[in-house]
Amino acid sequence: MSKKPAQSPALNDDIGEDTRLELYRSQVNIREAEQRAFDLFLQNLVKGTSHLSLGQEAVAAGFAVAMKKGDLSFCTYRGHAHTLARGVPVEKVLGELMQRDNGLMRGKGGSMHLTSEEHGVMGSYAIIGAHLPIACGAAWRAQYKKQDDVSVCFFGDGTTNIGAFHEALNFAAVWKLPVVFVCENNLYMEYTPIADVTAVPSPAGDRASAYGLEKIVIDGNDADVVYRAALKAYDKARSGGGPSLIECLTYRHSGHSRADPAKYRPEGELEKWKERDPIKIYRERLKAFGIGDDVIAKIDADVKRVVDEATEACKASPNPPMSILTTDVYADGGFAWRN
Amino acid sequence: MAELTYRDAVIRGIAQEMARDEDVVFLGEDVAKAGGVFKATVGLYEQFGSLRVRDTPISEQAILGAAMGAAMTGLKPIAEIMFSDFFAVCFDYIANEFPKSRYMTNGQTKCPLVVRTGNGAGSRFGAQHSQSVENWCMMIPGLKVVAPSSPIDVIGLLAASVRDPDPVIFLEHKSLYATKGEVPDGEILDKLGTAKILRPGKDATIVALALMVPRALAAAEKLAKEEGIDCEVIDVRSLVPLDTQTILASVAKTHRCFSVEENPRLCGWGAEIMSIIADEAFYDLDGPLVRITTPHCPLPAADILEDAILPTVDRIADRVKRTLQA
Repeated sequence: MSKKPAQSPALNDDIGEDTRLELYRSQVNIREAEQRAFDLFLQNLVKGTSHLSLGQEAVAAGFAVAMKKGDLSFCTYRGHAHTLARGVPVEKVLGELMQRDNGLMRGKGGSMHLTSEEHGVMGSYAIIGAHLPIACGAAWRAQYKKQDDVSVCFFGDGTTNIGAFHEALNFAAVWKLPVVFVCENNLYMEYTPIADVTAVPSPAGDRASAYGLEKIVIDGNDADVVYRAALKAYDKARSGGGPSLIECLTYRHSGHSRADPAKYRPEGELEKWKERDPIKIYRERLKAFGIGDDVIAKIDADVKRVVDEATEACKASPNPPMSILTTDVYADGGFAWRN
Repeated sequence: MAELTYRDAVIRGIAQEMARDEDVVFLGEDVAKAGGVFKATVGLYEQFGSLRVRDTPISEQAILGAAMGAAMTGLKPIAEIMFSDFFAVCFDYIANEFPKSRYMTNGQTKCPLVVRTGNGAGSRFGAQHSQSVENWCMMIPGLKVVAPSSPIDVIGLLAASVRDPDPVIFLEHKSLYATKGEVPDGEILDKLGTAKILRPGKDATIVALALMVPRALAAAEKLAKEEGIDCEVIDVRSLVPLDTQTILASVAKTHRCFSVEENPRLCGWGAEIMSIIADEAFYDLDGPLVRITTPHCPLPAADILEDAILPTVDRIADRVKRTLQA
């Protein structure tokens, strides 16, 4: 089985200019914010750990832009991209990475747990596989209450080898839940090539048949391809057709986490994938549709300005106050366990 | 008023809450059409239908994960894990997901769910189907932990657990399912975090939980009859929240305290209570704080061995007597 992605469909206008500009803006926004996070880490302003999606932006943008308001995203610790793609302000994300009081969770969650329920971001989960069953539960609620939202669950190739993945896929299929499982296959589980530790060539796609699902493996670096696959899966979920499992072939330009210089890559691999940089691909796509350089340059400049402003706001933000140290352990707002 | 088994009290408690609130749903292995392996959910499927009472695959992670996702988004799920020993295969949800989501998200995420499970020894099932795992749960900030000892408490505390906005681990004792008790008609709603004094006494306080409650009561009767020792027996009922005030007030009166714990000795729930007494009521004490527990040992299958390893009525009575007479 080759890792060759499916061919991009011919340029056509089923997506439309407004959506394409939104897809582009979303990808550039993620790229700019994550690049900034990396820079801030080098300045020792991003603490703890962080896991970047540089190079994987088309997956987050494509799935998020195809969502309706009310659809729910469940992310992994590599969740900055998916959080930003749902419209969470850059300042809130960078603030959380910098563990400041202006962060999304005021520093109580950190980089690996970005959550913004008002944007439909129902959490970033740092235990591999944990959120697949949780997404099933949210989808069960939609099914039970006859609500038409879809739960979309993002995870990496490494997740396909943990038990919760298989429990969730079977459960979702048996209960016909409106959930879409999105595997971002970036070729490395963490530091180890996924092919070295997986019995089948397509870690998600080749498991689909075990759960009665269609094998779907797409080019995860082409936002149009991702967007179309997302729409199709969401329609299926909303119309009672049950879950989908979509494997998106992509590549992360950075290491697994900030601690990883990614020296395990074969020479030339990164460069080869950078030729298929999703933002580069999409910029060319926009031009092919006759969208002017000035429009593209304005989006780039707008995004950069917002990220610059967010960076300054985060630097100016105080640390979280001690008053929140033990709040929200229980629903009464506190942490009392005895009388 | 009717006499009900602990098992039927589980059914009545779940039914009471499902009838009250359509957002209460119930899932687990063999719980719907089969009525549960302990027959503690018989009739719920017929009464509430296949959308609300659902059989799952043998997928404990999927059960608890689905319960959490449903709870986060508006339902009030009751999930059954058949044997509490199986918590070990889905502990991520119990330890990492349910209890930490609210805190990590700065209060955004809610998790109002109940995990019911068959806990405890006495069924001759051996080391992996007999454990008392209340201490596994008690140590995790963000969880509530409840373990009733009587049919009326099963209903009232289950109702309180379902209505509670936090994740509650509800430990039913397998060896109590067949026991009976008087239960009034109509809705029953109890309160978490309240211990119950089941037998007032003046010479020593005995705190106990679940199956150890009837044993502590029997030991107290034996001590009264044979030794003239008058023990106060407290059913702790709720480990988190913990009703320390009832226990401390009792110790202030009796000046002695014993715990009777089915969990293995190390880090058992009684250790926490004893440390609170030592810290806050040291000068009330006339003697050592004594824990009567299952030893630091896996549980054997053979009936004669299993009976010997748990705290028995005789062992409890003997230990209290020797301590008071020392």
